[in-house]
Amino acid sequence: MSNNTPLTVTGGQLVLPDGTIAPGALRSEGGFITAVGADVTPQPGDEVHDARGRLIAPGLVDIGVFAIDKPAFHFGGITRAALMPDQNPPLDVPARVRFAAQSGKPDLWVHPLAAATQNLEGKALAEIALMRDAGAKAVTTGRQWIADSGTMLRLLQYTGMLGMVVLAHPEDAGITGKAVATSGEMATRLGLPSAPAEAEALAISRDIALAELAGAAIHFRKVTTARGLDLVRRAKDRGLKVTAGVTPAYFMLSDIALAGFRTFAHLSPPLRSEDDRKAVIAAIGDGTIDVVASGHDPRGPEDKRLPFADSAPGMAGAETLLPLTMNLVRDGVISLSRAFELIATNPAKLLGVNAGKLEVGAEADIAVIDADRPWIVDSDKMAAAAGNTPFDKQPVQGRVLALFKGGVAVKAK
Amino acid sequence: MTAPEFTYPEGSAAFPHRSLVGIGGLAPHEIMFLLDEAQQWVDLNRGTQKRRDLLSGLTIINAFFENSTRTLLSFEIAGKRLGADVVNMAVANSSVKKGETLIDTAMTLNAMRADAIVIRHASSGAVHLISNLVDCPVLNAGDGQHEHPTQALLDALTIRQAKRAFNGLRVTICGDILHSRVARSNILALNSLGAEVRVCAPPALLPADIERMSVKVFHDFDAALKGADVVMMLRLQLERMEGQFIPSPREYRHLYGLSLDRLAKAEGNALVMHPGPMNRGIEIDSNVADLVGRSQITTQVEMGVAMRMACLDVLTRRGRGMPGWAGEARA
Repeated sequence: MSNNTPLTVTGGQLVLPDGTIAPGALRSEGGFITAVGADVTPQPGDEVHDARGRLIAPGLVDIGVFAIDKPAFHFGGITRAALMPDQNPPLDVPARVRFAAQSGKPDLWVHPLAAATQNLEGKALAEIALMRDAGAKAVTTGRQWIADSGTMLRLLQYTGMLGMVVLAHPEDAGITGKAVATSGEMATRLGLPSAPAEAEALAISRDIALAELAGAAIHFRKVTTARGLDLVRRAKDRGLKVTAGVTPAYFMLSDIALAGFRTFAHLSPPLRSEDDRKAVIAAIGDGTIDVVASGHDPRGPEDKRLPFADSAPGMAGAETLLPLTMNLVRDGVISLSRAFELIATNPAKLLGVNAGKLEVGAEADIAVIDADRPWIVDSDKMAAAAGNTPFDKQPVQGRVLALFKGGVAVKAK
Repeated sequence: MTAPEFTYPEGSAAFPHRSLVGIGGLAPHEIMFLLDEAQQWVDLNRGTQKRRDLLSGLTIINAFFENSTRTLLSFEIAGKRLGADVVNMAVANSSVKKGETLIDTAMTLNAMRADAIVIRHASSGAVHLISNLVDCPVLNAGDGQHEHPTQALLDALTIRQAKRAFNGLRVTICGDILHSRVARSNILALNSLGAEVRVCAPPALLPADIERMSVKVFHDFDAALKGADVVMMLRLQLERMEGQFIPSPREYRHLYGLSLDRLAKAEGNALVMHPGPMNRGIEIDSNVADLVGRSQITTQVEMGVAMRMACLDVLTRRGRGMPGWAGEARA
């Protein structure tokens, strides 16, 4: 089977770019969508997939993953993943970017994110234009904040000129230091090194000012506090090129999840207060948050079976991105079509790739989804390279039944 | 000698925990049980024949991943006075330095069939992690900035020797609360026993939301001392007095040093305590540290041995098959 065989997905509910969900079918040829709608029918010789009344949705586009973990991405309906440069060695030269861009094909497209600075040290600018031409879709500061405001300004001036967005990690490192938790009762009781949540607002405030000065686009990969979200909200109101993302952990969990020194709840930034969790939900509801991503970072026991502060931050999130986002739909925070904007359309737009929506001419990255199917997250049985999920044993709803990358089936269950 | 204030449930019901990871999770009567158990060892230690063969044949490993002199010595003496074979694993000559993980080290100690493991580690939660992996009781001798339960117990025992009861007692803890596991364990224990706990430090040395642990927060030491029955001073690491948290040692002493003049602001018979080692002339003046009848600092050391004997005895009762102590323990 190659993408020379046209594909028609029939009998489903189409998640359409105009925000409607409508019964119909979708046809692709040569890897691109050629027809979408109620009157689309398979042509002779097509491969036909019957969606049996389930959702026909765009494949998920996941911004800011730390590993290429194909089984987990496919389980989660992710057809494109933007890879963080925090690799060993880092993605800070064109050759590594070019290699990473090819590493998932054909059934997963990896969009490398270029390191903003050499060796991710936050000092000297990396070869951003060369990395762009080697396939980098955006630039990022990596896991770290760039502490030097002058360096950050020059970076934004440069990316603004190149027309690339900078994905920033907003935590003022002078305040966070070696913190592994947000200051508050939980961190105090556990005796964990902690930093006030305001470290995020401080960093966002500075970076918005610098982005405005440079006329550049900036995307905050994870905005997790009420004050940080307020700053983003106001910047958007003023028409600045500011967008924000988050991962499900920050609307599902608060720092209470750290009880018992559970290292699977050790994330970066650290889990916040219950009030901040609610603020994240409100920000998803009012459109302040544009992107929900998995932050996929599988970590084995050698990184997680350690005392909390010595463990590595991060969670395996690819498999739970869809169902946890569906929680927001069931809770009435967002509509079903808005959910797919957050996990497919908007991230594709941010990366400037021709995907993330079901329209004629877009690449045929398609997920057939049962949005209500219940299943239980099991850390021992995950598709991911490691089972470090803080959602172990939690019942969730929403499962990918079939996945197509460029019109070719990559999975059928 | 103080008479027991409670009667306790029979056998292991008096202390149903397998390990001593922290004061958090202990009921007030369980703390009192350990204090009462320690009393017999206070008396024994004051005699000339200081040895009992209660733990004869048992192996106790002191695994100290962080430097310690007095706590290690105290645990070693406690184990030996009860007749156990005590082995100290000092980190300087261990494979930990060669990159072995904490889990592998714990599994190694477990395979050597220790009957109890005493652990000190620089990371909060390390003892909790190990206690879930090994088969024998684990005693926390200090984990990061989390807990140091035997210190809080020996402090309570010291206070009880002098004050008899905890109810309504005002205890002021002054110093680097932020980085102090001693403070956290003491706050939990003293609150649990009915005392009123005050903490006093500059804002940078106080953890966030500490008042949620039922303490009154002070920045002014004089105000914190008013009406105090016990003044507990904490050690301030010298490197934290060189500009990062405090401008200088003499400025720290100016605001938070316990001098005779300051002590006069507390109750007339207020006890002076310090977990040691002291920075004499900084957080505590020498004439206060040595003040006869008021300073409990050497008594704390004495109570430390008795308290640790009690903990080792109680936690190994299950393994020793003591009547009434069989069966499964709680975590």
